[in-house]
Amino acid sequence: MSWETIIGLEIHAQLATRTKAFCGCANRYGDEPNTNVCPVCLGLPGALPVANRKAVELGLRLALALGCAIRERSIWARKNYFYPDLPKGYQISQFDRPLATGGLLPVRLKDGAVKNVGITRLHLEEDAGKSFHGEGADLTASLIDLNRCGVPLAEIVSEPDLRSPDEAWAYMKALRQLVVQLGVGKGNLEEGNLRCDANLSVRKFGEEGLRSRREIKNLNSFKFLRLALEYERSHQIAVYEAGGMIESATLLFDSARGETFVMRSKEEAHDYRYFPEPDLPPLIVVDACVAHTRKKLPELPWEIHARFVEQYALSGYDAAVLTDNAALGAYYERVAARCDAKQAANWVMGDLAALLKERALEIEQSPVGPEMLAEMIKLIEKGTISGKIAKEVLAAMADGEGSAGEIVGKQGLTQLSDEKALAALIDEVLAENPQQLAQLRAGKDRLFGFFVGQVMKKTKGQANPRAVNKLLTEKLNG
Amino acid sequence: MNSSRDWTIEETAAHLRGGDVTAVTLAEEALARIAADDEQLGAWLAVYREQALAQAHAADERLRAGDPLTTLTGVPLGIKDNFNVVGMQATAGSKILGEYVARYESTATARLREAGAVLVGKTNLDEFAMGSSGEFSGFLPTKNPWDLAHTPGGSSSGSTVAVAARHVPGALGTDTGGSVRQPSSHCGVVGVKPSYGRVSRYGIFAFASSLDQVGPLARTVRDCALLLQHIAGHDERDATSVPLGVPNYLSACGRGLDGLRIGVPREYFGEGIDPQVENAVRRAIRVMEQNGAEVLDISLPHTPYCVAAYYLIASAECSSNLARYDGVRYGARNEAADLGAMYTATRQTGFGPEVTRRILLGTFALSAGYYDAYYLKALKARTLIRNDFLKVFNEIDVIAAPVAPSPATRFGEHRDDPLAMYLSDILTISANLAGICGMSVPCGMSPQGLPIGLQLLGPAFGEEKMFAAAAAYEAIAAHEWPWPEVTA
Repeated sequence: MSWETIIGLEIHAQLATRTKAFCGCANRYGDEPNTNVCPVCLGLPGALPVANRKAVELGLRLALALGCAIRERSIWARKNYFYPDLPKGYQISQFDRPLATGGLLPVRLKDGAVKNVGITRLHLEEDAGKSFHGEGADLTASLIDLNRCGVPLAEIVSEPDLRSPDEAWAYMKALRQLVVQLGVGKGNLEEGNLRCDANLSVRKFGEEGLRSRREIKNLNSFKFLRLALEYERSHQIAVYEAGGMIESATLLFDSARGETFVMRSKEEAHDYRYFPEPDLPPLIVVDACVAHTRKKLPELPWEIHARFVEQYALSGYDAAVLTDNAALGAYYERVAARCDAKQAANWVMGDLAALLKERALEIEQSPVGPEMLAEMIKLIEKGTISGKIAKEVLAAMADGEGSAGEIVGKQGLTQLSDEKALAALIDEVLAENPQQLAQLRAGKDRLFGFFVGQVMKKTKGQANPRAVNKLLTEKLNG
Repeated sequence: MNSSRDWTIEETAAHLRGGDVTAVTLAEEALARIAADDEQLGAWLAVYREQALAQAHAADERLRAGDPLTTLTGVPLGIKDNFNVVGMQATAGSKILGEYVARYESTATARLREAGAVLVGKTNLDEFAMGSSGEFSGFLPTKNPWDLAHTPGGSSSGSTVAVAARHVPGALGTDTGGSVRQPSSHCGVVGVKPSYGRVSRYGIFAFASSLDQVGPLARTVRDCALLLQHIAGHDERDATSVPLGVPNYLSACGRGLDGLRIGVPREYFGEGIDPQVENAVRRAIRVMEQNGAEVLDISLPHTPYCVAAYYLIASAECSSNLARYDGVRYGARNEAADLGAMYTATRQTGFGPEVTRRILLGTFALSAGYYDAYYLKALKARTLIRNDFLKVFNEIDVIAAPVAPSPATRFGEHRDDPLAMYLSDILTISANLAGICGMSVPCGMSPQGLPIGLQLLGPAFGEEKMFAAAAAYEAIAAHEWPWPEVTA
């Protein structure tokens, strides 16, 4: 394909504060409509905003994690437009003097490569309410719920560094992970904690400058983000190849039809008439505060990933799986502290993950604690049980039957490793199956497994497979 | 009519404490005075008899118990209808608010209530506080009690007339470009615009957020100082209110003129000032000089830019502040086929011509391609204007000047000439732009029997100097004109 895709994302992250951005109403999802409201967020005559300190702290934390430069004196601005879910007729946001500029987010792509996506800016603003059209008893009426109006947001604008819908997807995932890991936001897309507007344009490879871009608003699931971008890319290329032009416009994605459509053309574009918010003094964030916040930043997701690769000798892929969320990473580290790191990785990513998935549990709810799992792995390392038996032990632990040691003891699962005993059993098996023995000696190597299986049967699976292999090989060769 | 009519707030308080009158009686008398002559004056938009009496009863309880008492306990007051007072209408003088009743209390009136004052009702104003004559109320015009054919000034026309006509001894207004000082000058009462950030704006319908201030009106300087004492001070709910302590304004009133340096700005006595006004004001300045003050010539060189800067900033801010009046959540909605049509119908019907004019001007000034040339330029001019004052207040304590270029105008005299109306603001808007304090105190009468006010401006948070000069002047000058009687 001779066409290059240029994508930039603007992501709005709701900040996990107790109250709204400019008033004391609860910042809470799911309540009865219009119950978390007050004169300020209702835009009643005479009400005034007061900035939420916690919101600024969380925005600052996120900006610093992204490596942004913090503006000591940033300005609140009014973004003016009319819509029923915007009671004041303006949104309090930031315009030409935002809180933070210039950072980057390391994004792990599908092939394992890491791309540093530039961050243009991060600013603070308030959310609008929610509109429902034709959903009530009266199909011609629109209903407005202002609970969400005034919830604090951080808007993160990326540089147009993304080159495919996949990259955009990976970027959004990475940003979501960071937001959640920092405790800045809940990152729950169904609840609207993270919303995305995407800008896309195309150009020929090697072409200088950027062509007109179109903006797709309100992409609120990872799936729709990718589908919408794929559609829009194909659409723009098709237009150019047919000799047409792409004009800038604002679009929405029709998920039912899988297509983008124009919501607002360039001519209809809003003039927001930004001006500094006269009801709020400039936001001052002093150096000491920035230093303090930076110092208290937790280990960042990519830092944890790098450390896992180094400290536990894991592959990039494995490290990515294990650090996907903070709880999983923490669990893993507690296991790896007590036993072989590679084994720990295999068990956590493999059997434990499968077991949890089957029981619809999150890692935080795992009935098998990390120390319990580590104990089990140590039993394998010692040779007390085989890997195969361990699977049964794991299931038993998940059912609450006790620790690995207790289960092995109670059920007599200790691996039989005694070479003398095993040798005797092997002799028995060889004697009992003369035809297969003859065939094996004649060259049918596959039958080796048959004999191992027979020994396992006699020992109810408890024979140490490595020992059996070794002894059987010796006997056959000797 | 009734004896309490002539009492100042302080005198009222003395009578209440002395037990020779009750708060309930005072409230009844105020209500009777309003009922008797407000039909001629149009000062009140709504009077709340039951609520007033209930407040008065409570005040009488406090007076009986002796605790807690303030000078305002039991004193009837009027509140401009752009304040939120729970249980009372709040229209900002506009039809667009429909039947709106306040659901929460403004901080300023809450503090008055806490002090035990009796809020009698809501007074008339130019719509959304935009106007300087009292002719632009969305409901009915307010008339000057000194001569009913003349306007009282505005936009706090109702509150000013309620005080001048002696319905109540005190009232609250708002001053964005002179809306307390100018009508005070035209009606012969005392009116104060405190420093920006001195009094909370929480609960006041915003007109121009960076210019609006709550201002007290009364018939004496001390009464105004008293009202300001109660309402001033930091409010957590207003991020632009300043966390500075409130000095004792009443004791400042007693400081006298000795050593006070008064600046007389040459730019405020230029072309267009009515000679009667100039004479009265210069005479007042001489009186102060003869009684201990030092008078100096000063210059405020950026004065010519005040009008343009003010109208760009005020209009821009108001165009945004009035966007919320869209018929969606409250007020009078004009139903229509779709959202855009509903917005248009509601706002075209609800807003009067002056408000519409300013919203359009403000929207234009902020629009893409014009922001830098107009709004941003105005902000820069504002800084220069503010710096003029900072500079002169290094050399002087207060500024003395006229309040308005002429006494009150006749009805309809400027109505068709918006530019002429704008020019009449020139003397007062600088204080709002600079954020400093200012007040009007009566200093003369025109031959036609219309009052003339002396304007005193003090530095930001320098109200004490301003009150000192005003109170001293008032005590010396002791004007003897009888208050107007409104005849049927």
